[in-house]
Amino acid sequence: MTIKVWLNGKEIEKDIEKDIEADLLLLDFLRQNGCYSVKRGCETSNCGLCTVLMNGTPVLSCNVLAARADGKNITTIEGLQEEAEDFGRFLADQGAEQCGYCSPGFIMNVLAMVHELEDPTETEIKEYLSGNLCRCTGYVGQLRAIKLYLSRKREESK
Amino acid sequence: MKAVNAPIRKKDAMALVTGKPVYTNDIAPKDCLIVKVLRSPFAHALIREIHTKSALKVPGVTCILTYKDAPNSRFTTAGQTFPEPSPYDRYILDQRVRFIGDAVAIVAGESEKAVNRALKMIKVDYQELEPVLDFRTAKDNHILVHPEEDWKALCEVGADNKRNLVSSEVDGHGDLEAAFAKCDYIVEETYHTKANQQAMMEPFSTFTYQDVYGRLNVISSTQITFHVRRILANALNIPKSKIRVIKPRIGGGFGAKQSVVSEIYPALVTMKTGKPAKIVYTREECQIAASPRHEMEIKVKVGADKNGIIKAIDMYTLSNSGAYSEHGPTTVGLSGHKSIPLYAKAEAHRFSFDVVYTNLQSAGAYRGYGATQGFFAMESAVNELAAKIGMDPTVIREINMVKEGDVMPAYYGETATSCALDRCMAKAKDMIKWNEKYPCKDMGNGKIRSVGVAMCMQGSGISVIDTGAVNVKVNDDGFYSLMIGASDMGTGCDTILAQIMADSMDCHIDNIVVYGVDTDTSPYDKGSYASSTTYITGMAVVKACERLRVKIMEEGAKALECSIDDVDFDGDKVYMIKEEKSISLKDIANNSMVGTDNTLFATASHFSPVSPPPFMVGIAEVEIDKETGFLQLIDYAAVVDCGTVINPNLARVQAEGGIVQGIGMALTEEVTYSDKGRVYENSFMQYKIPSRMDIGDIRVEFESSYEPSGPFGAKSIGEVVINTPSPAIANAIANATGVQIRELPMTAEKIFKGIHGKE
Amino acid sequence: MINGGNNKLFTIKKFVKVESVEEAYELNRKKSNVVIGGMAWLKMSPHNYQTGIDLSGLGLDTIEEDEEEYRIGCMCTLRQLETHDSMNRYFDGVMKECVRNIVGVQFRNCATIGGSIYRRFGFSDILTCFLSLDSYVELHHHGIVSMKDYLNLNLDRDILVRIIIKKDCRKTSYMTQRNSATDFPIIACAVSLKEDQWFISVGARPTRAALVTVENKLSSQSSKEEVSKFVDKVIEEFNFGSNMRASEEYRRQLAKVYVQRCILGVLKGGQHDN
Repeated sequence: MTIKVWLNGKEIEKDIEKDIEADLLLLDFLRQNGCYSVKRGCETSNCGLCTVLMNGTPVLSCNVLAARADGKNITTIEGLQEEAEDFGRFLADQGAEQCGYCSPGFIMNVLAMVHELEDPTETEIKEYLSGNLCRCTGYVGQLRAIKLYLSRKREESK
Repeated sequence: MKAVNAPIRKKDAMALVTGKPVYTNDIAPKDCLIVKVLRSPFAHALIREIHTKSALKVPGVTCILTYKDAPNSRFTTAGQTFPEPSPYDRYILDQRVRFIGDAVAIVAGESEKAVNRALKMIKVDYQELEPVLDFRTAKDNHILVHPEEDWKALCEVGADNKRNLVSSEVDGHGDLEAAFAKCDYIVEETYHTKANQQAMMEPFSTFTYQDVYGRLNVISSTQITFHVRRILANALNIPKSKIRVIKPRIGGGFGAKQSVVSEIYPALVTMKTGKPAKIVYTREECQIAASPRHEMEIKVKVGADKNGIIKAIDMYTLSNSGAYSEHGPTTVGLSGHKSIPLYAKAEAHRFSFDVVYTNLQSAGAYRGYGATQGFFAMESAVNELAAKIGMDPTVIREINMVKEGDVMPAYYGETATSCALDRCMAKAKDMIKWNEKYPCKDMGNGKIRSVGVAMCMQGSGISVIDTGAVNVKVNDDGFYSLMIGASDMGTGCDTILAQIMADSMDCHIDNIVVYGVDTDTSPYDKGSYASSTTYITGMAVVKACERLRVKIMEEGAKALECSIDDVDFDGDKVYMIKEEKSISLKDIANNSMVGTDNTLFATASHFSPVSPPPFMVGIAEVEIDKETGFLQLIDYAAVVDCGTVINPNLARVQAEGGIVQGIGMALTEEVTYSDKGRVYENSFMQYKIPSRMDIGDIRVEFESSYEPSGPFGAKSIGEVVINTPSPAIANAIANATGVQIRELPMTAEKIFKGIHGKE
Repeated sequence: MINGGNNKLFTIKKFVKVESVEEAYELNRKKSNVVIGGMAWLKMSPHNYQTGIDLSGLGLDTIEEDEEEYRIGCMCTLRQLETHDSMNRYFDGVMKECVRNIVGVQFRNCATIGGSIYRRFGFSDILTCFLSLDSYVELHHHGIVSMKDYLNLNLDRDILVRIIIKKDCRKTSYMTQRNSATDFPIIACAVSLKEDQWFISVGARPTRAALVTVENKLSSQSSKEEVSKFVDKVIEEFNFGSNMRASEEYRRQLAKVYVQRCILGVLKGGQHDN
């Protein structure tokens, strides 16, 4: 079986069994294809570090078989550099990227949230991002960054 | 002053937020052998035989190493200055396995699948032995965790492997009995904390290869680059000159990476095969075979007179080091030496401890390093004492707390040269509106809101011992290099040290490039632990910059054809004080590369005879459901005195992050064992670090003192911030319900049982 | 088993995207094959499978609605349930309430309803919630069975096709308690009311959810004592146990508290204030 995946806009074709193993996880597929931003922090779907967008929807790439990405658009932070930089500046200005290991997955989910929720409340923000663990920041600096980012976005859309 | 005290963005920030490949596993060569460890299913056993023949036949498997292949040289993985206080008690692979998860064999192969298959096919014949699982009965138990003859302690720490003792000591001042005799109120209780995991997001990761000179190159996620070189040389029994260690970006450490956890395995593989090798721990390995906090049981007896003046403190700590000695002799000291000095005016104190071996996962270094456990006990006991007297727990602290200028007998007799603890308390009470909210308020819907308080201190580096050096130099056009041996593990020390340099050289921070850490080229630094980098290495930066300024002025004066006494340096140029003549730094720099024998380079090393404590007050506000015991954190107000705040953003995030780790320890991070000694909380599914839904609001303010021995008046912040949540939340629970919880974590069920057990 | 700190042990050799449920059913007769749901549990299972059966090409990822019922395809994600306006309106918001604490949004975008229900986990929020509603499981071979019968059905490697929930005007409420916000529940309670018929489901005891159906003319005018007497009797019907998260006795107490709160929520018109 051949799969076709659009990874950050670039088409990749692979034969399952010949090129990649049937049980290859999307997470490992992405790293094999140069997307090193995608990190693994656990084996139990709890950390959120491997978050990528599948047809625009945030998913845990450790929970998706590469084979299931057939026909899908997969976006990692490598494909959203401008947006990542834009939000990343707010995060960095709080010092809330810290070690940075959870940043790519976290930022991908923040960008997904901004796309999905209109003007989210603080509770909605926390709920949406609750699957993104971070051990450095204690989360409150991240929340400050998100609020400032959202308010700048609101300003822009006025 | 431009850079110091400014909220400057971390130098590596944009690379991190855009997901650049900067961590160990991202930069490892693609043809690395994959290394994995076969781990013991028994808490205590001797390996009779290991059958590797069929496993070796798995296609893609390169080698399988057992105790027969590993050097017989005992070492410790604890990242400490030589000679390490932690006894030398382990081999890379030993015939005796000492906890469930201990290393039995190392497998290396071309793919993860091949290695996994081989792991399954290794057959091990174990002679199962009875384990020591209860740390309360470990001392002088007939079962010995380390009966071996080649066990050795390098330092006098009261260790004795024939008694399962890692360390033991009694210390104190004053006449304890006489002081207790003067007390009208005495509290004597026992407190129990668990073996929490640091749970940094990046697992232990290392890759190794041999370079063109046949030397072992080790790229590792570590806080202790230089110690790794020494420890690997000990473990592999090869000269230190044969090893080079490089630290790339680190995905968090919190002390976990102050031990050599993963490095020994690929290092041995590369040594045996000559091939590059890589290990990345699974989260499960991080949970079951790493370097967690020492479980401690602490007995505190504290007494006060009728006015609430604390007269006497007696503390005994029993610490569980697990299967190996790592950090055992050193963490335990902080449980008393950091907590007792908060009440420095007590007439007498005694602090004694035992650290024992058990057949459980070996403990290590975790932020707070024993002090955290000590503060849960000490601060809870003081809260219980206040309740007994009928005093507001903030008031008993106000009248007893250490003040600037006080001598702290339990803190090695050091004087509190900078201390704003009183201001921290006043501000924290104000932030949370303590006087309105203490002790509690019934919300009328079955819920009750309350507040609880704790204070704490830590150190700034290890006095006398901790050493950090930096090199600074001037490059073309006058930009600077700052070369450090301290490990930025996400905390931002590359940036903070550059801030210190920027103000020392009167330049913009962008004019400084920072490089660290490579043992071949970086100056020696003991590494990033013990809250030392800003205070110790920061001072080395100040000293090195003073020397570099002199060199720049010398060169400037030479060019201006005058004496160095006639010039000054303003960061951009060397100018004559009395004449309108100057030469730019750019010209001085470029001239220094043409026909000259003077390099614009300076180096400085620093250590400190003292370890000035940062101080902190934390106040928790909680809401408890009386019917269920369910606790919701509402607010946490914290005020920190870390001396001058070098970078307010990074200091604030340190505090917020430390508080949330403390909250995890207080409320959710449980560690339990099966009757065979297996850790149940072996994943993030079972070991629950706080999510952003669990924490409520957290507000941090600073009340700065000025520490004369620190760079620009700074002290440390990294560790002090984790200490207050457990005792403060325990106090809030007590203020709401009358239930004092003395064992962590404080689950809803424990609160429920406390409330309803009383009825 | 201890093995290198559990390296990923799940493997499949072949991936088959089936073209019909019948094809999936036939493939799944073989014990060495497995249906791939949301992957969360499967990838942690220490098994080597021959063929992974993928149902994602069968259009079973939608929620259909008519006058009578909702039909939830097995490949629908938990997040689809959570954000389905019509279902949440109809069932007083419990669809959102029963999944919103499960790990995180990205996880719920992967985990499937079919996978959750098929495994009948003790801690399942969704099973507990659906059980108190008039819900059914459509299996390829067994046909349509009520959720209650499904609890103890010998599945015999059948394929779960859909979940059906009837629109029968139940008022409903769902509550749980967890040791931390995104952890498994230590107790899960769902209570629904149709006329005077109460449907009380308690899960995470820690065993699989069970349902008790009782008639009682409680109303919003009923005294606290009346409700509490009723609850005490209902709770006697459930057994409780201990695990690493909570003790048997604590779970029993929590079940009483939350069933009572759910009842009060239902009497107030559905869902609740925790």
